[in-house]
Amino acid sequence: MSDLRTELKQSIIEQLNLEELEVNDIANDEPLFGNGLGLDSIDALELIVLLEKEYGIKLDDPQKGKEIFVSIDKMAEYIEAHRTT
Amino acid sequence: MKKGVAITGMGIISSIGNNVKENYRSLTNSSAGISFPQILKTHHANLPVGEIKITNKTLAEILELPLNHSYTRAALLGVLAATEAIKESGLKEEHLSNTGFISGTSVGGMDLTEKHFREFKDSDENRRFIRAQHPGFTTGKITEYLGVGGFTSTISTACSSSATAIMLGARMIKAGKLKRVIVGGTDCLTKFTLNGFNSLMILSPDNCKPFDNSRSGLNLGEGAAYLVLEAEDVLDGKKVLGRITGYGNANDAFHQTASSQEGVGAFLAIQKAMDIAGLFPGDIDHINAHGTATLNNDLSESRAILRVFGEKVPPLTSTKAFTGHTLAAAGAIEAVYSLLAIQNDEMFPTLNFQEAMEETGIIPVLQPEKKELRNVLSNSFGFGGNCTSLIFSKDE
Amino acid sequence: MEYKITGFVHIRDQHIFLDGREIFSSNVSKDPGDFLKQAYSELQISYPKFHKMDVLCKLGIVGTEVLFRNHQISPDTALVFSNASSSLETDKDHRKEMNGIVSPSIFVYTLPNIVLGEISIKHKLQSENVFFVSEKFNAALIKDYTTVLLENSNVPAVVCGWIEWKNAEYDVFLCLVSPEGKINFNRENLEELYYFQNERSAN
Repeated sequence: MSDLRTELKQSIIEQLNLEELEVNDIANDEPLFGNGLGLDSIDALELIVLLEKEYGIKLDDPQKGKEIFVSIDKMAEYIEAHRTT
Repeated sequence: MKKGVAITGMGIISSIGNNVKENYRSLTNSSAGISFPQILKTHHANLPVGEIKITNKTLAEILELPLNHSYTRAALLGVLAATEAIKESGLKEEHLSNTGFISGTSVGGMDLTEKHFREFKDSDENRRFIRAQHPGFTTGKITEYLGVGGFTSTISTACSSSATAIMLGARMIKAGKLKRVIVGGTDCLTKFTLNGFNSLMILSPDNCKPFDNSRSGLNLGEGAAYLVLEAEDVLDGKKVLGRITGYGNANDAFHQTASSQEGVGAFLAIQKAMDIAGLFPGDIDHINAHGTATLNNDLSESRAILRVFGEKVPPLTSTKAFTGHTLAAAGAIEAVYSLLAIQNDEMFPTLNFQEAMEETGIIPVLQPEKKELRNVLSNSFGFGGNCTSLIFSKDE
Repeated sequence: MEYKITGFVHIRDQHIFLDGREIFSSNVSKDPGDFLKQAYSELQISYPKFHKMDVLCKLGIVGTEVLFRNHQISPDTALVFSNASSSLETDKDHRKEMNGIVSPSIFVYTLPNIVLGEISIKHKLQSENVFFVSEKFNAALIKDYTTVLLENSNVPAVVCGWIEWKNAEYDVFLCLVSPEGKINFNRENLEELYYFQNERSAN
């Protein structure tokens, strides 16, 4: 479902204040951390908040985030499998 | 080694005791002060904290304050600790009127604004707390009670605040700008910090385990501690508890809250402190580490320590498992513990430790242990990359 | 040694002055965030992390960016900052969230010294820094402590001053102090530069 991917990109840009990026600048398989978008550990925590607020998914272990926030594709797969809202 | 700045008094209140003697007893008995919150009303009642089990009402009664006082909890704790320090140093009214006061605090009066926030609008009764959130307000209340009339300042560099206050005071005395100064810090538990640290996912659901391989985060705590520093020419044969011989501050320049992998800021702060003291790594007998028990801090701090000391790491302790992380007060509380270690030639245990971190293999002090201690290094690191290291030495 | 005010910057009321000369102003919006965003783009500061910061940190980043333009900055340059309101505005934002899901990216800015961290990261300064909370601009304190640092701590230069944000108001006055320059670094000059500029921009 590509709509979820676009929606995710929009939320990430908004929530993480990536003002200089647009939805089209983020590829579905691009790494979110490290060399990709260059997000950091606070951004990772903010993504955990986003999962809870938007999709009702609660993560208790920040380490788990590392496995999910690999790319937009990975995030979308995880959300589709676990969403409660 | 250079002759440091004389410390002539110290005072403390923490979750392991209401004065220096009680704190010492708990440290040597391995008696921790970690419990679930009772005084602080929070929906995070399942998170262990280092809470002082005395209500504000009782604290105010101990200090004989009028019923309509406007002292914040941080100010109440601060007054108690500073009063003990002044008593020990023997400073009289005439000295206090031109004694300086430098205090570190991060939450200041957050507890009271929190409690009375909704009532501000419609109640005159609580209007006196409106200004309480200003960190300078807490400092002002403490100096007002103590009758301290010299140079006053509030420092806010997060969890290194009180260590930075101690450094500042020592430096001002050394430079001849002050003759006497009371330095330290105070912070209390608040919903503000508990909720905030919880959002960073660095609070442990269990009692914290500094330097342990399976450590799972920190416990927040509260407390206050102050030292009286005096210049050589006003000492007048007074008993000296110990000396501040070294201090250093550096910025890790890495991240708002996390420490760099290699602990660059910590390394630089320790180096600067040893340079000022004129000491070499082999001269440091013991380390009171910052050791908050977060995954990030303990690894980063260990790497900085290994870089300074190589294979000969002095025995090190984190007392955070006793008191919790008392934020801005931590540096001053651990300054008192470092001085107690020097006075008694005794190192205190790192509670709850089971297994060394696989990356470093460092095993901290596990039992109360006697050892001749001449120089003790104390680390305090804060958000914003602010790293302060202090060296306390025997008065010889 | 005699120390000098090598350069100074003011940010107040939608104006930015370097060494007393206006280098940017805007009438577009009274909102500090909007003003700083506009300054960021006009001054061509390329630093995407800027947009994640709170107003206090943005003020610090824009202020030092302007101040450092014409000078080589040593990584040992110390930072001695002060203000009255600490991190009050961000504290309020954090408190608003406390009954729901708390945002970690707001909480990290609930300390005034985070601006020192952000400046240190941006300019790779691994030097000493301190943040004083005082009721008003205290020239004597800033002068005394900066001098102690320069004289006793192998610090080649200091950026010192005032960085305040409360409601929609902001007031920044930062000085680069080093052996270079024409204006003597003393209490009187600090006060004059701070107050004079403020009065002028208020007119």
